[in-house]
Amino acid sequence: MNLGRLFRSPEAVAGFAILGLLAAMALAAPLLFPGDPLAIAGQPLLRPFQDWALPLGTDRLGRDVLAGLFHGARTSLAVGLAAAAASILVGSIVGTVAGFAGGLVDEVLMRITDAFQTVPGFLLSLALVSVVGPSLAVVVVAIALSAWTGPARIARAEVLSIRERDFVASARVIGMNPVEIAFREVLPNALPPVLALSSVIVAAAILTEAALSFLGLGDPNRVTWGGMIAEGRAVLRSAPYLSVIPGIALVLAVLGVYLAGEGVVESSAAREGQA
Amino acid sequence: MNRTVRLLKRRLVGSIPVLLIVVIGSFLLLEAAPGDAVDAYVASVGGDAGMIEALRQSWGLDASPMTRLVAYLWALLHLDLGHSVAFSRPVLDVVLERLPNTLFLMGAATALSFALGTALGIIAGARPGSARDRFLSIGSLALYAVPGFWLALVLTIVFSVELRWLPLSGMETIASGKTGLARALDIAWHMVLPVTSLGLIYFALYLRMMRAGMAEVWRMDFTLAARARGIPRRRIVMSHVARNALLPLVTMLGLQSAQMLGGSVVIESVFSVPGLGRLAQEAVGSRDTPLLIGIILVSAVLVIVINLLVDIAYAALDPRVGASEASA
Amino acid sequence: MTRLLSLHELGVRYRGAAAPALEDVDLDLAAGERLAIIGESGSGKSTLARAVAGLLPQTATLQGTIAWPGLDRQARNGGDIGFVFQDPASSLDPVMSVGDQVTEVAHANLGLNWRAARRLAVELLDRVQLPEPAVLAHSYPHQLSGGQKQRVAIAAAIAARPRLLIADEATSALDTIVQAEIVALIRELVTEDGMALIFVSHDIALAANLADRIAVFRHGRMVEMAMTAELVSRPKTNYSRALLAAHLGLDAHAEARK
Repeated sequence: MNLGRLFRSPEAVAGFAILGLLAAMALAAPLLFPGDPLAIAGQPLLRPFQDWALPLGTDRLGRDVLAGLFHGARTSLAVGLAAAAASILVGSIVGTVAGFAGGLVDEVLMRITDAFQTVPGFLLSLALVSVVGPSLAVVVVAIALSAWTGPARIARAEVLSIRERDFVASARVIGMNPVEIAFREVLPNALPPVLALSSVIVAAAILTEAALSFLGLGDPNRVTWGGMIAEGRAVLRSAPYLSVIPGIALVLAVLGVYLAGEGVVESSAAREGQA
Repeated sequence: MNRTVRLLKRRLVGSIPVLLIVVIGSFLLLEAAPGDAVDAYVASVGGDAGMIEALRQSWGLDASPMTRLVAYLWALLHLDLGHSVAFSRPVLDVVLERLPNTLFLMGAATALSFALGTALGIIAGARPGSARDRFLSIGSLALYAVPGFWLALVLTIVFSVELRWLPLSGMETIASGKTGLARALDIAWHMVLPVTSLGLIYFALYLRMMRAGMAEVWRMDFTLAARARGIPRRRIVMSHVARNALLPLVTMLGLQSAQMLGGSVVIESVFSVPGLGRLAQEAVGSRDTPLLIGIILVSAVLVIVINLLVDIAYAALDPRVGASEASA
Repeated sequence: MTRLLSLHELGVRYRGAAAPALEDVDLDLAAGERLAIIGESGSGKSTLARAVAGLLPQTATLQGTIAWPGLDRQARNGGDIGFVFQDPASSLDPVMSVGDQVTEVAHANLGLNWRAARRLAVELLDRVQLPEPAVLAHSYPHQLSGGQKQRVAIAAAIAARPRLLIADEATSALDTIVQAEIVALIRELVTEDGMALIFVSHDIALAANLADRIAVFRHGRMVEMAMTAELVSRPKTNYSRALLAAHLGLDAHAEARK
């Protein structure tokens, strides 16, 4: 991936700019808004741009919307990245093992993959939260459990095509044991297409976390954009801005992830000289 | 027709192990949930420790996990999905009551997203790289990034609160006493916002796929060959490029059904539509694990059936499917 | 003989290419004449074929002129120029029946309604020597062999009764015996309908079998052009000589043609 070419694409630039902003918000949150963002900061239902100490107003209980926005960025980003990392890790391992081992192991693993794709991921997340209880870790695991199938299939396909290549045969001749070959030779080569999927998974993870929080199934001790939107729903008629503002943040965040991801994919493709 | 029947048989056989894995997974989840059926029963009916012990024995809940798994499978084969804690009724009854509403919601939303996405995708893909194409591409990406529940709320604000064109929630006007066509229209009117919200979330996907698919098909030699044969551009776009690009979208219909079932949870929640998705949320709220697992099982079966139908449709559209067996 | 096509100082450059694909080509083609364009990869022969047919990508730049003195207007694809591509598998739409693909050519170019065009298509499938044409018309490309697919492509190319047929490496993707059959078919059709032919190939032996005149190309330039018999027996350039020498048995064949 050529960094120079990457930044020639306006989409990629916009995407990374948004992501940069998001990361900055997440990191700056405890600095700019120390203290509990769930604490009451002022009078309730203050409209935006009235008081410069509370630029985006307050919610039903008087909590600072801007502080919520910043702290929510931490949650969204953390969940998005953690869930994507977990699903890619699990998926790559399962896919590599399936592709490399072949035979019955492959069959069984693929049926399990099918099963996870058949059950709607969101329902699975609901079930997990119901059984274990709502917390950030559970949300991450739940999202990973529905998202790992994509990387698994891609990794398996890649492994199947790489498996027969010469450098694998030479490794076998040298006497490397199969597990070593699978993970040191094959997996690194199978990774690029899996990583191309990563931006989609991060985006999906952010949206799923928001949906779970909206339904009241997220971590109750944390500020989340989804939770803020749910809060705003109670006063939808009188204070629609409470639901609209966090939603805009979500759209921008996800859009940033998509644009950055597309930019990366396009710049890698451009390098290979396709029309 | 033979090709299709063969395909159908193969797919049906292939889905059995998948369903089995889903069932076993559900069983494990049920086991993992705190408390069991007896606790739930006692919670609603009341009883002492001795009664709990006796119930456990008679319901076979003190047996080994393996025995209980077999009992569970046996029950499922008799379409017994267990007992709902919150509703005090068999799970299957509750689920079947709500299922038609979700099917209607999903069906209408799928039709909307597929038709709209395909049409706009063809328009964008007719001239790749044009201003129209870029606009639709960026617009659809932005829409793709919108959370479903938020879109639902925004549409509600605009159409129900501000403009007062459409009802705020519910599937029909409560206790209106309407019947027949009047009732049907009332329901349809109430479903406009839910169907539109759910449909708009996923239409961006079809648009992007169609657009990308058409760009890809344009690159293929047979489109140049069609030009070389003097076929007018319009016919090339519709009969050759779009027709070929449509195929992956049909497959996507099947894959999206699982996503849409998940999406219907939030949409039904926002609009208070009494469907399966809303039921799932209620089940989580009341820690009614048997009900939730029952919903998951029914959803899995639904997804399998939908995918089967999609596969048949695909085989009808693509003459190459099943060809290797036919020529044997 | 009337001139059908006239190329004057024709040059083609693809976007981003260091060197032009075609340079300074002067060429005339008479009605009903059969011309072979011979060269190796990169010689510009396919570029020439596509330039004449107007099938170059929009990003390619043209120099010089392509004139059609034999027609009173610009040549149209289909109606005036028939084009046969190298790979029959990819030049046919995989999800449309072969009958429909030939029918649509007749329907679009000859102003026939679909039924009449369909009847014509079946006749054409018969002309290109496909078995049971009425039944075969319902098949799909993947059900046919390479040779059969190329016959369908040829039928589609001549369906609109063009004055010129361009075959761009039409046999290169086929097995050897099938190649000879397709060449024989092309020769028969072209003679019967009085079409001019531009036959592009890297195989000079195959071309010699078919063409009245041969033009040899190299690195985008025409190196030599002469009547077939003369080029084969008395090549004027070293390159032509080398090409001929690389094909076995050509001497014996040239003897037989005299």
